[in-house]
Amino acid sequence: MNKTKNHEPLFHIVKRDSLPVYKSWGIRIIAILAALIVAGVITMLLTGENPINVYLTMFKGAFGTSRRIWSLLQSLAMLLCVALAVTPAFMMRFWNIGAEGQVLIGGLATAACMITLGDKIPNALLIIVMIVASISAAAIWALIPAFFKAKFNTNETLFTLMMNYVAIQLVSYFEKLWENPKGSSNIGIINQATHAGWLPTIGNFDYLLNIIVVLALTVFMYIYLKYSKHGYELTVVGESENTARYIGLNVKKVIMRTMILSGAVCGIAGLLLVGGTNHTITTTTAGGRGFTAIMVSWLAKFNPIYMILTAFLITFLESGAGEISTVFGLNESFSDIITGIIIFFIIGCEFFINYKLHFRSSHKEVK
Amino acid sequence: MFKKLLSITLAALMVLSFAAVFTGCGSNNSSSNSSGESSGKSADSLKFGFIYLHDENSTYDNNFLTAAKEACEKMGAEMINKTNIDESDACKEAALDLVDQGCDIIFADSFGHEDFMIEAAKANPDVQFLHATGTKAHTEKLDNFHNAFASIYEGRYLAGVAAGMKINEMIEEGKFTKDEAKMGYVGAHPYAEVKSGYTSFYLGAKSVCPTVTMEVKFTGSWYDETLEKEAANKLISDGCVLISQHADSMGAPTACESAGVPNVSYNGSTVSACPNTFIVSSKINWAPYFEYAIKCVQEGKAIDTDWTGTIATGSVELTEVNEKAAAKGTQEAIDAAKADLESGKINVFDTANFTVKGEALTSYMADVDTDAEFKGDTEVIKDGVFEESKYRSAPYFDVDIDGISVIE
Repeated sequence: MNKTKNHEPLFHIVKRDSLPVYKSWGIRIIAILAALIVAGVITMLLTGENPINVYLTMFKGAFGTSRRIWSLLQSLAMLLCVALAVTPAFMMRFWNIGAEGQVLIGGLATAACMITLGDKIPNALLIIVMIVASISAAAIWALIPAFFKAKFNTNETLFTLMMNYVAIQLVSYFEKLWENPKGSSNIGIINQATHAGWLPTIGNFDYLLNIIVVLALTVFMYIYLKYSKHGYELTVVGESENTARYIGLNVKKVIMRTMILSGAVCGIAGLLLVGGTNHTITTTTAGGRGFTAIMVSWLAKFNPIYMILTAFLITFLESGAGEISTVFGLNESFSDIITGIIIFFIIGCEFFINYKLHFRSSHKEVK
Repeated sequence: MFKKLLSITLAALMVLSFAAVFTGCGSNNSSSNSSGESSGKSADSLKFGFIYLHDENSTYDNNFLTAAKEACEKMGAEMINKTNIDESDACKEAALDLVDQGCDIIFADSFGHEDFMIEAAKANPDVQFLHATGTKAHTEKLDNFHNAFASIYEGRYLAGVAAGMKINEMIEEGKFTKDEAKMGYVGAHPYAEVKSGYTSFYLGAKSVCPTVTMEVKFTGSWYDETLEKEAANKLISDGCVLISQHADSMGAPTACESAGVPNVSYNGSTVSACPNTFIVSSKINWAPYFEYAIKCVQEGKAIDTDWTGTIATGSVELTEVNEKAAAKGTQEAIDAAKADLESGKINVFDTANFTVKGEALTSYMADVDTDAEFKGDTEVIKDGVFEESKYRSAPYFDVDIDGISVIE
């Protein structure tokens, strides 16, 4: 009864209806397990180390002591902060890959206040100035590409990317300007003796303040995106600019407003990094977070609460990775391989959550 | 049917890989456990923690890594390495984590680590903190924070002698006239450590070839392979006939190898990558310092606030001369100059050997104390010699002498 021999492909891809939660999380868990197994096999083949030991070491590297847990939470908070910053822009389909530069500019403004105003004005006032300066500097930095996008429809991906390099060059210029000793291009810890402009520590916990600030931001961003009018508007602009225009939204305004918010949150990240943690600024202060944050945000499907999870995963992998190179004498590149495998699987599994494979049916045999 | 087949193969694969993982676990476990115990349990053994800015791919950090291994093996100390530690709060975290792991001595290798090491040192008075190339130990006055460097200017001078020999040979071969003899130097930052380095290198070359001049190009980074390569190529196109560098990647040496221009290297031999152009390299051997620090802690003695290694302590070394690229008699000339340096017959920064704007230098206030004012605070010329690395271990010679020009 078969019709002509239509060449049917081995499989074809079909979009899934939304999966029940337990199934989608089941797929994710399987993906992580599979990633661990593949990474384990590769570890064994390449290095001869026992993968279980490697994983245990990663675990110890991340959770081994209370200091490491604090350190992990701090890194998590900073990454999460930048991820929160890029999220509204990405929901609006505005590809802001300039978070790195926005964080640096926020940090640079903080450092500038600490260096030029340190000891000249009361500390409380200085900190207020720092907060205002860092947030507004980064917001303006982010507004520039948004303005050009809104007015002249420039490509925001390239624009924000290039702004990163401008920011890095600015920082290295100021590194030279504020260097100590002469010629070294090294700023060192700012106000090491007086602690002027250092954000206060809560109790004995160096990083608690950062963590609390970022937690509050997470809640704010969740509510802002999900329940506020602004959040609704930027989602509509993201879905379709024409629709947004049709329902009477001022698209340009929404783009600029959202990028100001995005930049402002990056500014807070810069403030916390420079004023709260490092007390210095270098070209590596942002440390690639501006790019990693995109992955964090995307993996969490732009949901700030899920972002805690995805940021945790990536921070855990990073801090665990450092310990691998210490304990096994393996180069950092090796831990990058493991991290790469795990992230590859996690991103890959999203495909299987959204689509399913239909294999060529084998009814001939069945009949 | 196909689905079934697929699921079976997948399941089989999973089981197999699980099995592989667990058997691997079984066989490996015993061996790695036992080795872990043997190094970790000897309670009296000393723990030495090291913090590096990069890893073994940087010639600078690799030099510390090999010295750390050598010293710890020799002295029976346990070594914990932390690589790729940024010059930020991460350095303090790494140091404190090493304290948590029971380290008795903690060392950091990069200039920008210093402030964070000081913070960690203040919080842990019972642990010794060492920092290479730093400048603040003598002003911070902490009992447990120490700076170290070596009189690498002597090594650079000797490397300069080898460079001068090569240039003389090329002049004799008629490749260029003696007035065209110009060397190039790729520097990181216009910082005293770099200036002291290239000036001594130049003076070494000048002691053999009096007409030589030198052009310096800064990259503005301690480690940037692309920039270093570009800088070297720029110098070569400017007519430099020999290149040396003070920056930490393989950028300049490999640029020289592809252009066929002789190279005097730093931090260690680059002969394997540059067999036709590598002449010799000066380097600091840090093992003597690490051994000294371990010995001090074992015997309960105080470590010097500023420790300067010399040729005599074995801290300043030259690698083997690459006969293929070097001029004839280079080794002999180096040995002779080395003997003269050791006996005190010659001084690298003898003010008779150089001029500043046409005049001899008779007095110089160097900026020895690192403070907000970039002012000279110490007279460093005594009996016609600029006394380098005497008032602190890190170099402070930052005079622009005649014969060396900096290009943008």
